[in-house]
Amino acid sequence: MHCHDLSQHFNIPKGVRKIVLAGNPNVGKSVVFNAITGLYVDVSNFPGTTLEISVGKTGKDVVLDTPGVYGISSFNDEEKVARDVILGADVVVNVIDAVHLERDLFLTQQIIDTGIPLIVALNMADEARKHGMDIDADLLSDLLGVPVIPTVATKKQGLDELRSAIENARPGLLNHQLKKKLEKLQDRVGSQGDALLILEGDEHVARRHGLEPGNMREEIYLLRREKVNDIVGHVVSEASKGASFTTRLGRWMVYPWTGIPVLAAILWAMYEVIGVFIAQTVVGITEETIMQGMYEPFIKGLIAPIVGQESFIGHLLIGEFGVLTMTVSYILGLLLPLVIGFYFALSAMEDSGYLPRLAALVDRLLTGIGLNGRAVIPLILGFGCVTMATITTRLLGSDRERRIAIFLLALVIPCSAQLAVIIGMLAGLGPSYIGLYVAVIFMVLVIVGTALNKILPGESTDLMIDLPPLRFPRLENVVKKTITKSTMFLKEATPLFALGALIIGLLQVTGLLTLIQEILAPLTVGWLQLPQETATAFIMGFVRRDFGAAGLYGLDLSPLQTVISLVTITLFVPCIASAMVIYRERGKKEATIIWLSILILAFIVGGLLSQVLI
Amino acid sequence: MTLDQVKKGSAYVIKFIPAGKIASQAIRFGVYRGETVSIGEIIPMGPIIIYKNRQEIAIGRSLAKKIEIEPVMQEVS
Repeated sequence: MHCHDLSQHFNIPKGVRKIVLAGNPNVGKSVVFNAITGLYVDVSNFPGTTLEISVGKTGKDVVLDTPGVYGISSFNDEEKVARDVILGADVVVNVIDAVHLERDLFLTQQIIDTGIPLIVALNMADEARKHGMDIDADLLSDLLGVPVIPTVATKKQGLDELRSAIENARPGLLNHQLKKKLEKLQDRVGSQGDALLILEGDEHVARRHGLEPGNMREEIYLLRREKVNDIVGHVVSEASKGASFTTRLGRWMVYPWTGIPVLAAILWAMYEVIGVFIAQTVVGITEETIMQGMYEPFIKGLIAPIVGQESFIGHLLIGEFGVLTMTVSYILGLLLPLVIGFYFALSAMEDSGYLPRLAALVDRLLTGIGLNGRAVIPLILGFGCVTMATITTRLLGSDRERRIAIFLLALVIPCSAQLAVIIGMLAGLGPSYIGLYVAVIFMVLVIVGTALNKILPGESTDLMIDLPPLRFPRLENVVKKTITKSTMFLKEATPLFALGALIIGLLQVTGLLTLIQEILAPLTVGWLQLPQETATAFIMGFVRRDFGAAGLYGLDLSPLQTVISLVTITLFVPCIASAMVIYRERGKKEATIIWLSILILAFIVGGLLSQVLI
Repeated sequence: MTLDQVKKGSAYVIKFIPAGKIASQAIRFGVYRGETVSIGEIIPMGPIIIYKNRQEIAIGRSLAKKIEIEPVMQEVS
């Protein structure tokens, strides 16, 4: 994508200066962004990805945020997005973490090598002092060739200076050899940034210019690394200090004996907040009192006189599966509170630096099922929303891992909505039945994961992950992230959900629903040994698994039958929204195979369990 | 020897890292041939956590088996 495309996508008029914020993950970039731009910020999806780009204004200039990256070499979606936004910038404001200069300056130097005017915000200057580090910002500025402004963004220190220093941004110093090589190629491709990335072997940028990617990445990287190390050696002087409490806590989190209790405590807290408080108390108010008690009668009263409640259209709009009744109640009353709760917890975990540690803790377990520790992030997200999690599998290192993760997400991970219904049904049965349910689902996860790992060709990628310092998450940031992600969820899920409701509504109106029920009956009664009416639950499960689970709610089941039906509906095909995302991400053929295998597996496992237990 | 055979708290010089994306990522983190790293935690059967400057980096067990290292003879303060 070229810079003008980018301007078009974000509606930036010609001639307006684009200021781009760049930096490593967790360096306080978003705090700096908020400080520069103020209130009016537009968040939109970067084309072809799920990554959000915030766009704001300062004076006449437009300010764009980028995802946190360690470099801009197309290693993943984040880097591709950061690359395109940075290459289209007029000025880059590079936020760096003073405590991790060796790591952060690598990106700084890569941006300098692109020739784009730059200023550096030396953030977390206070934390560096706490670590006993003394950083000579003036010398750093001389060595890089660009202005360096020390800041403590969270305390609003240095931000005014930073804002006015944007005017002094300038291209930095680069290695002579590299400069010569770049100049040659620059004449052909028109920009130093593109020339740099082509030399570094960036296939995407090379393709845009119809060129072969270069093979100098390692050479250029090593030159850059040497320069950065040299700079750090000159500007940092330190007196080392003992390990602080957060450092020790960070170590406890990765070591199994201490890490598992920490994880258990976090999960318990999440269950108390999301599973108990939100799923029961809050949803009780939003779904029953507000949506079903007030909204639905209101909308029915509004629509019924126009089209008639019993008419064909009436059924579709305000019937049992109505687009205006059930869809709206379900999304706003049930799903939204759960999703908000979940994204809040997840954003807090993200900002605290816990997730990479969790990835390290569970890496060993996940390698057994062909994944590495990073996969814990989509798997955990799946408990919030499987659809969202399926898209997040893009962060995994290989196609093979994505395939395994998507299959497992679709098969064994119940989303927050479904989990809420399941918890409600199991809670009354006592610990042994809950244990049985959890054990069966976990066994399926392990067996299917191990089998996929054995069957699928190729090898999974290795774990190499930076463990950022633990920090107390900032409420403002967490709230902002939660709002952004929940809004995205609403935009994505609502149309699909309405479509699903429409399909079921049509089936019901045309009488096909009962016909399918009768066809399915032998399976439910004979094989699963459940009452005939469970068929309805499974049909609803095609739209959403939580619908299916909810459909089981009113049935008269023995405790064992409850567990069997819940196991089956948990493993059952993912909701329509997830299925559509799987089709988009994996293609028609593979998605159909995934979907059918899951359907068959669900009934095989449920049936076997039933035959053994009853 | 390789990175999976290390002792906690000791320092090692990196001799070889397999080429490719991983090597590039390693250079970004400052972990590459000739550099000295110290060992933080060794998670049983799991990743090795190395310290390099003030960074902590978790390296999966199977990758650790492919990274060749040498103990640093004299402990540098």
